[in-house]
Amino acid sequence: MQPDKQNASLRITALVSVGKHPGSGRARRAEQDARAVEMAMTLAPEGLEVLHAGDPQADSLRAYAGMGLKRLRVLQQGTNADAVPALSQYLKQQKPDIILTGVRAESGESSGMTPYLLGEALGLPVVTRIAEIVSIDHGEANLLQALPRGQRRALRVPLPFVASVDMAAAAPRQSAFGPASRADLESQDIGMAVMDEVKAAWSEAPARKRPKRLKVVKAKTAADRFKAATAKSSGDGGKVLRDKPASEMAQAVFDLLLEEGVLR
Amino acid sequence: MILDWLLPILISAALLLAVAGMLKRISLWRAGQPEKVNFFSGLMAMPRRYLVDLHHVVERDKYMSKTHVATAGGFVLSMVLILAVHLFGIENRWLSYALLGALVLMFVGSFFVWKRRRNPPSRLSKGPWMRLPKSLLMFAVSFFIATLPAAGILPEAFGGWVLAVLLAAGIVWGLGELVFGMAWGGPMKHAFAGALHLAFHRRPERFGGGRSTGLKPVDLNAAKLGVEKPTDFKWNQLLGFDACVQCGKCEAMCPAFAAGQPLNPKKLIQDMVVGLAGGSDAKFAGSPYPGRDVGFAVGGPNKSITEGLVSPDTLWSCTTCRACVEECPMMIEHVDAIVDMRRFLTLEKGNTPNKGAEVLENLIATDNPSGFNPGSRMNWAADQNLRVMKDVKEVDVLFWVSDGAFDMRSQRILRAFVKVLKAAKVDFAVLGDEERDSGDVARRLGDDATFQSLAKRNIAALSQYKFNRIVTTDPHAFHCLKNEYPDLYPAGQKPAYEVLHHTTFINELVKAELLNLSEFKGGTVTYHDPCYLGRYNGEYDSPRELLKELGIELAEMERSGFRSRCCGGGGGAPITDIPGERRIADMRMEEVRAVGAELVAVGCQQCTAMLEGVVEPRAEVKDIAELVAEALVEEVSPAPAKSREQSKVAKKPLAEEVS
Ligand code: SF4
Ligand code: SF4
Repeated sequence: MQPDKQNASLRITALVSVGKHPGSGRARRAEQDARAVEMAMTLAPEGLEVLHAGDPQADSLRAYAGMGLKRLRVLQQGTNADAVPALSQYLKQQKPDIILTGVRAESGESSGMTPYLLGEALGLPVVTRIAEIVSIDHGEANLLQALPRGQRRALRVPLPFVASVDMAAAAPRQSAFGPASRADLESQDIGMAVMDEVKAAWSEAPARKRPKRLKVVKAKTAADRFKAATAKSSGDGGKVLRDKPASEMAQAVFDLLLEEGVLR
Repeated sequence: MILDWLLPILISAALLLAVAGMLKRISLWRAGQPEKVNFFSGLMAMPRRYLVDLHHVVERDKYMSKTHVATAGGFVLSMVLILAVHLFGIENRWLSYALLGALVLMFVGSFFVWKRRRNPPSRLSKGPWMRLPKSLLMFAVSFFIATLPAAGILPEAFGGWVLAVLLAAGIVWGLGELVFGMAWGGPMKHAFAGALHLAFHRRPERFGGGRSTGLKPVDLNAAKLGVEKPTDFKWNQLLGFDACVQCGKCEAMCPAFAAGQPLNPKKLIQDMVVGLAGGSDAKFAGSPYPGRDVGFAVGGPNKSITEGLVSPDTLWSCTTCRACVEECPMMIEHVDAIVDMRRFLTLEKGNTPNKGAEVLENLIATDNPSGFNPGSRMNWAADQNLRVMKDVKEVDVLFWVSDGAFDMRSQRILRAFVKVLKAAKVDFAVLGDEERDSGDVARRLGDDATFQSLAKRNIAALSQYKFNRIVTTDPHAFHCLKNEYPDLYPAGQKPAYEVLHHTTFINELVKAELLNLSEFKGGTVTYHDPCYLGRYNGEYDSPRELLKELGIELAEMERSGFRSRCCGGGGGAPITDIPGERRIADMRMEEVRAVGAELVAVGCQQCTAMLEGVVEPRAEVKDIAELVAEALVEEVSPAPAKSREQSKVAKKPLAEEVS
């Protein structure tokens, strides 16, 4: 959209997954992944690759193609296979400048681990929840990271890197049926299938709404309510642990988890 | 005398040039996509279509219909006789007298055309159309004088060469406009293109009193979906555009035009003509698209329409109300053309404006436009004890609930209708969670893929069960089910049921005396005809009969019946929401106010939503189902002592079946 942002030599790979509509449970274009594709299309319409590891027959992949992609590469593997080894093997060869993912998948384990595991496997820095890639110059990217309540944090990251794209990023363009049904789904047998042990061990059930702590708003006026809705959450604001021995910092995290009842 | 040898030359030259022009024009139409028509029977049917069907529309304006009969009839007759008398030189006094008579007829007609053109209403195009009556008069007068000697009324050499030159000039002018101009894009083109358009119309069902309003399905495997360039239209659509007489009747009826949105159906059709012939709209001499200047649109047969010829906003302003189609004397199909172009924008470009993309995405993922959980479709009826088809399998009436199920205001209409059904002891059930959006909005927004997918799944759901009729409170679903689903049934299968709107159905119940209704008490009432019930399906009477049954004397609005004005809610217009100067719903409420109505009865949840969206103070808005439900007199059997109703409706045994 802004041509000055576009970079002819930039190579971006956007990873996409099969999403799941929260209401109907139907497969769809995942919201965050679609934003990753949108970001990549805006930034590098030429050097863009959209990549999926899984079933090349999945119809919902076409919804990404409908955004105007000529092709979409699928690393073919079974539904029980772990996507990360396949992706990292492929990405090691391709060496894109930027790898974009969603924050977490809408189906499956939905653990949000993919960007981290990829970062680890490829030895790349990981930036989470970005809202925008503002510019790229001299091998460094200026990013905006999305924080709660519409706040942004400006970051500078050297290429190449892995980033997960937040819902705060620009909404994806409409998917059109014509291009979607005509796009090339290039499926590629990568000759490996690592069983997803973790997934196999899990059992899936529809999520229930988690109980929330009620915030009692005593505000009388609209201005107060607005303040209450936009203010940073009060409380002691948490602790910043820095420059301490790792064991001490880990202990603090452990204690908190215990206190909140996450660990028993 | 000079004319003796000059006339045949002029006539033959004009004819030859006209034939060349017509061949050229035909080649422009043939650049469109193939579409099968029955050439022979179309041509045979053409005179009848012209004399009966077209005149049926023109007849609404008595002045113009008489004028046109005189002018066109006089011209056609004169032309035949001119060939006989002046080209082939048949010397027969009676023939010449007949020619004189035809010319007088034409002259009288042309005179009235001219008279009306002295102060033309804004809907009429000016430019060459202002010249036309003069050309007609010139043709009639010159040939009249030139024929006098042949009829023996004047001596052969009367008037000498001065008159001869004058006459020759007049004849050149007349022939130029009427014969040459007909083939080369002058105002008279409408006669040539119009006649063929009637013969090869894409919806021949419309003739002979029929109705054909369902959109044609898109072939989803085609290399290009929808219309991008003029040549992507079917050839007979292109021909249809060329038939336009720029009368502006469509413009005068278009709600989007009146609201100051950038749409004028007349200009749109003229832009299509610009597109099919190539060039610019600089010569267009009618009202522009509101807020857009004329003269900057350029197009060509193979140029993308939305890049330079017509702005997408124009296409998205349309509410698909069909007022233009209903009014067009040339039976041009504006809505087909608009939706065809929308299809390209949605299916190929992914460019549905505003909330369009979101609504379509919801329809794909949840089968309803708002993205609600499809499993919650029956929540509205939690307290209604409705029977579900999955359990009963067979029933007399299937109540098609529609997406009103998700909207709190519409739910009141649904509940009212259920109350009426129960009161009449109708054997009915609903599809429950097996029902999906009818696909109406998706289709009008150009997404025929989603429409077809929804329709096919609905058809599959319907096909599992046995029932005689579908009744729905939503005219949009009614239209889809009745007129558009039959195209999508698996090959060889046909719907084995009848589809009714609830006003028709309730009216039947009342006629069968299955409902005990009290008199309506309240102020002045008017009725708003929903486009998809009225113009799309021809149901104007049942709602009125029902209201009469309730003891309501309707105060009819000026625009009612087939001339009803849209509420602004059709065609996905509230979703694409193209800005204008006014809101269509406000204009409609203004008309309600003009007849002093305190209540406006409607038969559509979308109309209800649009009209209730008008700021107060305004008339109250109620669906007819609600009015009937309120008027229901509960049967307190066996002692009807408390019945307020005296004896207007006699008590009848309550039958189980409604046939
Ligand atoms: S269908 Fe209605 S809104 Fe659309 S162009 Fe015709 S009159 Fe105007
Ligand atoms: S489209 Fe029909 S109604 Fe509109 S100006 Fe042309 S002929 Fe008249």
